[in-house]
Amino acid sequence: MSGFSNDSGKKIVDNIIQVIQENRQYLSDIDGKIGDGDHGINMSKGFTLCQQELESNPGNMSHGFGVLSKILMTKIGGSMGPLYGMFFKALSKESEGEPEINEAVVRGMFNGAVNKLSVISPAKKGDKTLMDALLPALDALNNSLDGGDGLTIALKNMKKAAESGRDKTIGMQAKLGRSARLGERSIGVLDAGATSCALILGTFADTATDLIN
Amino acid sequence: MQKIINDPDLVVEEMVEGFVKAHSDLISPTDNERVLKYKHAPVKGKVGIVTGGGSGHKPAFSGYLGKNMVDAVAVGEIFSSPPAMMFYDAIKAADGGKGVAVLYGNYAGDNMNVKMAIEMLEDDGIEVKTVVANDDVPSAPKSEIEKRRGVAGEILMWKVGGAKAAMGASLDEVIAAAQKSIDNTRSIGVGLSPCTLPQVGHPNFEIEPGKMEMGIGHHGEPGTEVVDLAPASIIAEKMTQMVLDDLPFETGDDVVVLVSGLGATPYLEQYIYFNEVEKILSAKGLNIHKSYVGDYFTSLDMQGVTLTLLKLDDELKNCIDYECNSIALKQFSP
Repeated sequence: MSGFSNDSGKKIVDNIIQVIQENRQYLSDIDGKIGDGDHGINMSKGFTLCQQELESNPGNMSHGFGVLSKILMTKIGGSMGPLYGMFFKALSKESEGEPEINEAVVRGMFNGAVNKLSVISPAKKGDKTLMDALLPALDALNNSLDGGDGLTIALKNMKKAAESGRDKTIGMQAKLGRSARLGERSIGVLDAGATSCALILGTFADTATDLIN
Repeated sequence: MQKIINDPDLVVEEMVEGFVKAHSDLISPTDNERVLKYKHAPVKGKVGIVTGGGSGHKPAFSGYLGKNMVDAVAVGEIFSSPPAMMFYDAIKAADGGKGVAVLYGNYAGDNMNVKMAIEMLEDDGIEVKTVVANDDVPSAPKSEIEKRRGVAGEILMWKVGGAKAAMGASLDEVIAAAQKSIDNTRSIGVGLSPCTLPQVGHPNFEIEPGKMEMGIGHHGEPGTEVVDLAPASIIAEKMTQMVLDDLPFETGDDVVVLVSGLGATPYLEQYIYFNEVEKILSAKGLNIHKSYVGDYFTSLDMQGVTLTLLKLDDELKNCIDYECNSIALKQFSP
């Protein structure tokens, strides 16, 4: 079974923080079309606070996700604070105490993340939310691992599914959140949450693959 | 953008600082810089009343902190729900040992953050119950009433819940009264101009000159129709009718009328508007038990008004008439 160490996995957290910072303006611009235009600003604010905390209080991957979760839940708010707060809390909890991050741990992390999100959000597939990137990504990961693919192939499939799920939100009418008030006017643009989610999952997959190789 | 601000990213921080200084006779800060409380909260042996939400609605939410009103408030970013931890700290600040009623508006972020705060409280031994305001008629059809947003009707829900708690009621009784109050409340808004988030710098939607948006939300959520601007009498007729039909309100009902400006509507216009509403209600045989006119729940610098009607029974009447002393709402026995 292939994997990487929890210690080296801190690189995943660093890269996720970086990709959100780099996409601050892009995410806000997408959000501004059907939301209030603060998705990138708020996400970047939270992830940057996490970066600062990790500089003075470094640790392994589970620790990094734990810090990220705590900051999103205590400082960010809105809808994205609790949603990503729960998401990263699961990634942290499900890998905590595991020196080696292997297939079983990765599977536990993302299944745990979806379970955690379901507790606080009623979002279903097709509602034009981050779930439209996350749910197909999880299915792809599970199917791929069930079918006997190795972790790197499964992560590649997860990333691909997240991106195609994100792209499908263009054709969707928002059912939840502020953009839902726009009705049909919400069709034709990407969902900001699905876009940031695809960035996060893609960065996880790419960095984990580099670490495995 | 013409604004009296410093750093656009720090408007909430600086507003809170000023607010605490200005109203130190009634409120005090807490260890969490984004949680404010009534000076004497927690009141021992009284059910605590908590609310919170995004900033930009002054005097909501923290303007309703005070005696026989709200005990603690979580203050979010502009138009953005406070994080779970703030609701958690607000609940703790309001707990006088008899449980806490969290009375807030129906928005996705607030729903999630309050739910998480309650989860975080599991080990603290505080009993917490919620009422979610959904008084905004145009935000969803009656068949999907649970999807409606909470708007200015929240103020009457806090008034009722706060009074009930002050009378010594149990948590369940406070929750029941607050729920009854919101179940008997209907609101609608109209927008004449958009509002500008300071950190964005330009309006995030448009209303053309000469037009108005009927059914607009407190954050500029699109309304039901954009029509030509009309005289106050026509605007009032349209809005009052939608509100009356929805509950429905009937001849002989005792009602509270709350007209709130959305931030950039002169009081002069608000009273002209109220005058028209009063004529319609009187003609229909409704008794106005109490009326409020003013900037009670705003939307930054939006032009427009909201109309809220509450149908009263004896219990609600007692609660509405009960003495209170908050920053934005003061009622004393005559």
